[in-house]
Amino acid sequence: MSGSLVIRGGRVVDPTQELDGPADVLIEDGGVTACGPAIDAPGNVPELDAAGLVVVPGLIDMHVHLREPGQEYKETIETGTLAAAAGGFTAVACMPNTDPVNDDPSLTEFILKQAERARWARVYPIAAVSRGLEGHELTEFGAQRRAGAVAVSDDGRPVWSAALMRQALRYARHFDLPIIQHAEELALSADGVMHEGRFSTRLGVEGIPGAADDVMVSRDLLLVADTGGRYHLAHMSTARSLDLIRAARADGHRVTCEVSAHHLLLTDEDVFDSGLDPNFRMHPPLRSAADRDALVGGLADGSIDAIASDHAPHHPDEKELDFVASPNGIIGLETTLSLCLDRLVSRGVIDLARLVELLSTAPARILGVPGGSLAPGSSGDVTLIDLGREVEVDPATFRSRSRNTPFEGWELRGAPAGTVVGGRVIELS
Amino acid sequence: MSEPVWQRGDLLGVAELSTAEIVHVLDTAESFVEVAARPIKKVPTLRGKTVINLFFEPSTRTSSSFEIAEKRLSADNLNFSTSSSSLSKGETLLDTARNLEAMAPDLVVIRHAHPLVPHALAERIAAGVINAGDGAHEHPTQALLDAFTIRRRKGRVEGLKIAIVGDVAHSRVVRSNVLCLTRLGADVTVAGPRTMMPEEPESLGARVVYSLEEAIEGADVVMMLRVQLERQARAAFPSEREYFEFFGLTAERLRRAQDDAIIMHPGPINRGIEIASEVADGPWSVILEQVANGVAVRMAVLYLLAGVKSGEDERP
Repeated sequence: MSGSLVIRGGRVVDPTQELDGPADVLIEDGGVTACGPAIDAPGNVPELDAAGLVVVPGLIDMHVHLREPGQEYKETIETGTLAAAAGGFTAVACMPNTDPVNDDPSLTEFILKQAERARWARVYPIAAVSRGLEGHELTEFGAQRRAGAVAVSDDGRPVWSAALMRQALRYARHFDLPIIQHAEELALSADGVMHEGRFSTRLGVEGIPGAADDVMVSRDLLLVADTGGRYHLAHMSTARSLDLIRAARADGHRVTCEVSAHHLLLTDEDVFDSGLDPNFRMHPPLRSAADRDALVGGLADGSIDAIASDHAPHHPDEKELDFVASPNGIIGLETTLSLCLDRLVSRGVIDLARLVELLSTAPARILGVPGGSLAPGSSGDVTLIDLGREVEVDPATFRSRSRNTPFEGWELRGAPAGTVVGGRVIELS
Repeated sequence: MSEPVWQRGDLLGVAELSTAEIVHVLDTAESFVEVAARPIKKVPTLRGKTVINLFFEPSTRTSSSFEIAEKRLSADNLNFSTSSSSLSKGETLLDTARNLEAMAPDLVVIRHAHPLVPHALAERIAAGVINAGDGAHEHPTQALLDAFTIRRRKGRVEGLKIAIVGDVAHSRVVRSNVLCLTRLGADVTVAGPRTMMPEEPESLGARVVYSLEEAIEGADVVMMLRVQLERQARAAFPSEREYFEFFGLTAERLRRAQDDAIIMHPGPINRGIEIASEVADGPWSVILEQVANGVAVRMAVLYLLAGVKSGEDERP
């Protein structure tokens, strides 16, 4: 993926250069070579007119499920990366809970091969922490790293064994891989299907207490302190988990965290109001309004590093089961950017530069991948944003193979206007 | 002409019923009570109507009660249960609905272990749907028969002090009863061990206490909930004898209630666990009246819903 391009006339927002203003971006042979006002570009470099658009470092969704191999009826690497491009993302990091599980370098190689064929966006495989995600034996972190894996995780399940988590944190230090944890104490979440609180009480639905997450986060952070390992908390959902992360970071530990757009925008009351619509079922569950408010606060004050979609495609037939019987997860690649622009930026919760940090700079830094900046020397990955464009979320138009979103019908202002990957403009078919 | 009080084609929960609708069901049930005393216990009200009883969860009491009610109304009925049905877990709601539609029932009575499944089916089929229990969410006909029983015994529900005691977290009976009885003006208290209370139990709409004694102090009605013995494994209480010791209703404890208090239980009872035999069998017990009234109340509900669905209105 390498091309040359000059993007002219846009408003460039790049927190790594403290830049927010009119500027051009020159990309040569796949990498940024200049960024600033009125750049001279060689005559043979094609121009992209970005007048009226915002130009930002390519967005990276650090938590998606592409379902290939094994569940191609839900999503494929082709359709998932097409959805990424349509949603304004130039890269995604995909979780290993496929069938077979990505617990072997051959799987990482396969995923990268499929991504290269698709050419819609970069794909960064995340390898399993344990063989078969079973939580007993470590996988080959070194060989996975060499094959192209950028992190390790048993996402979909927690690394439930304290002993295995401790070893993983120690061993991953050799390869500077973060352990991405799906923090859930299974004995506490048990048969729960929504947040345990007043709405689960009224519905008579088995609840998942916030403590199910917090107990695991707390355990993990003690192990981080013990090992010096690098830990990233996936889809954080509670106020207490956020406090634990803040404290660990204040103690100097190498700890980062992400939240999903749905945990920032929805609560258990929405689950109740939906009449237990399976599109409101995910893990961790939509939490209380107090949790949601704390997470929004953590975005603004910098305690939260990244926003990720936790894009989890499921076939419409699976979401046609009732709430309790239906699988966890919703898709988000094609809604996250507009949701963030409308509900967070337009409403003044965060500014655009902070959003770029959350959706690009921090994910690149945490995963140790190129991008996250438009400074010369960076990869030529760019997302174009039209702040004025009004969209209505319509699952029928999704490029993803799945339709499971709780945001159907939401009217949002601000939308992706295109992506550039390695200097090559991605033309949606 | 004023609008008829009852215009619903489905009975999904007490939550959506107004006080007037609840009273209308109870009033209608009065006219069905005497059918049980006739030598030929049958009225032609639902002749030619098809009722499907769809029980995705084992039930003897509720399914028999509906079945008798349907037979006494002369409906043709058909029972599906998990053991005899191919409609089972894993089938999508749409497929379940289509299969039901193909049999062209007038009414479907459904029990399911998962909340709001009857509601979801009601949206997808033309037949009237009666919720016979959806998980720990609602059990509206149970609440209506309980209110009916209280009203017959006490002459009113309004102003009564009613205590409901037991596994509140996992009881659909308590959810529907709190909604129904408070709507009728009763002063309702729920109680149980903390391990059997849901989060923020006040959101159910009743006063919450954590001791049996406090709950039944001065009560006109004491409703004991069945302890789900299988839940003991999940550490809700350490032993049956300890449960009985602290939360079982004995004659001794019952002295705290009003002298003319009545004792209720949705059944089946666990003797010596939530209720002592002397109480269950004593003069204050209306447990068997609940069973008898259940048939009359379910006849009333079937009659009202069938009337709306077919546009007819013939009184028995």
